[in-house]
Amino acid sequence: MIIAVSVAKGRARIADPKGKQEEGLMEIAVPKKNIIWAYTIVGGFGLISVITLAMHEYYIYLSAYLWFGFIYGMCLQYGRFCFASAFRDLFAVGVPRMVVGIMIATLLFAITSNLVAATGWSTFHAAPVSFHSAIAGLIFGIGMVFAGGCASGSLYKTGEGNGTSFLVILSISVTQALFVDWGGILNRFVPASWHESALQKGLPDSINVGDGWVDQYLAGYVWNQPVKTYARSLGMQDDTLTGAMLGNAFAGVFIPAVIILTIVYIFWVRKNYVRKLKVEKGGDATLRDHLAGFRDMVMASKRTSIAGLFLGIACGLQMFVIEGLRMKFGVKNAGTLLERLGHDFGISAKGTVFDPGYWYVTTQEAQWVGWVLQKLGMNNMDNIYFGWVNGIPSPAINPADWMSVALIGGAAVMALLHGEFKFKAPTRELAFWAILGGFFMGIGSRLALGCNVGAFFVRTAMGDMSGWLFGLGMIGGAFIGVKIFNWYTERQMAKELAGLDFEL
Amino acid sequence: MAMTFAKKKEGIYELDVTGYVCPHPQIYTKKALEKLGEGDVLEVVFDNPSSSESVSAMCDSSGNEIIEKIAEGGRFTFRIRKA
Repeated sequence: MIIAVSVAKGRARIADPKGKQEEGLMEIAVPKKNIIWAYTIVGGFGLISVITLAMHEYYIYLSAYLWFGFIYGMCLQYGRFCFASAFRDLFAVGVPRMVVGIMIATLLFAITSNLVAATGWSTFHAAPVSFHSAIAGLIFGIGMVFAGGCASGSLYKTGEGNGTSFLVILSISVTQALFVDWGGILNRFVPASWHESALQKGLPDSINVGDGWVDQYLAGYVWNQPVKTYARSLGMQDDTLTGAMLGNAFAGVFIPAVIILTIVYIFWVRKNYVRKLKVEKGGDATLRDHLAGFRDMVMASKRTSIAGLFLGIACGLQMFVIEGLRMKFGVKNAGTLLERLGHDFGISAKGTVFDPGYWYVTTQEAQWVGWVLQKLGMNNMDNIYFGWVNGIPSPAINPADWMSVALIGGAAVMALLHGEFKFKAPTRELAFWAILGGFFMGIGSRLALGCNVGAFFVRTAMGDMSGWLFGLGMIGGAFIGVKIFNWYTERQMAKELAGLDFEL
Repeated sequence: MAMTFAKKKEGIYELDVTGYVCPHPQIYTKKALEKLGEGDVLEVVFDNPSSSESVSAMCDSSGNEIIEKIAEGGRFTFRIRKA
């Protein structure tokens, strides 16, 4: 119970926060300038939508991305929704809050997105499945622990004014843009079978598929792997109600999520729950007590769960809206709209640009760096990633970039309204971890064809078998990352404790 | 600014992890609490909002009591009594 709360300008003091200890919530009076800034950001995005719509109705397609990005940003900041913290905090400090939140969000997204899939309006395409997803997840997982946030987490934390997170985004962006075009010495590490297979894919001459590690990895290995969903493996179709809901949502998400949460309860939560129960009631815990403990674990952080609920609904709704707009304008990809609007720079050889139709993070980050490098004279359109599939349109008219910028804006608005916005420049120590972590996440993203959102959250929810493979790799990566981080922080702590009277 | 851990007075310690992002604040808090004796108080100062949830949840599960939370201009101070 809170027995004393004094609120001054931007200051909150909770003398006895016991009742809210689980949530860590504090009522904070928000300075007026924060509210003005929040209105300014919302107004700015509103103006962009109105002005561009007045220029041409096609721009509503970009605005749809923008406003869904804005919603994602608000949800992520409100729920402190960061995939990096899920297993990292579990391994490092025994906190299951975010594992629960992510399982809830994935399950809700699975319900909404598979309902959309059952109508035949889904924008999702499953990815090839093989152990490459797990390896990519492992690399990504190590990176997100080093960086202090996953790809989407770093975006929302940038919206909180965090300079370190902005540096993480820069590192992910640059790493990806360079990695996808890098040949030279890396060509030596391409197996001959990949090289031969890539050359047989019949790509146009403008795509120099025989040069570049990622090109040959994609065309010579990844594209040869099978595409599997839980529905198809159970003899159902992805776009039928039974296939979508029973095969992909129930068998592919609900059952694995319950198994993961049960493991988390048994190994991380049960012991403390039983200890608390003994103090409160005495005696040993019964099965009913454990079921209540499991329920308490799931309900522990309402803030994260609420964010997960809205994220899940918004993600499914975005698929529905984008596909609806595609039907309205008679296109299958935003590249056609951009060309009709006269923006033909950076359109891929297929006439497409990156246009997932759902929440995605890393490709648009690579694209803007690819665009800058192209403008500086580097040929970035001779690789599969940019030249054949995603293009490098100007960030000013790139739908997915509108989504990411708005995500940062949405997070900034939420942080401003909660008195949590603060500009923080990175220190040298944090800059090192940010760049290193961003580098690992950039490599992992391109190997998996997505990050914690594109390769895990969306694919898992849609019953794509590669989703959980990436997730398992990410959990392994988080474990390794935490081990390394524990070693590092122990050393730092030992230095601080040297002058104090502690046993080291 | 680098992390600092100092003794303020007998039984009261301060851990300042201002400027740090996840997971530094919660890991340093856990390690600092492990060094303290029963009844000692740790004042943790940080400005990474998401760490407030993690530190709160960590204390709840370990039995350490958060006796005061102060939030001011994006900066948080938690006073934690070691169980």
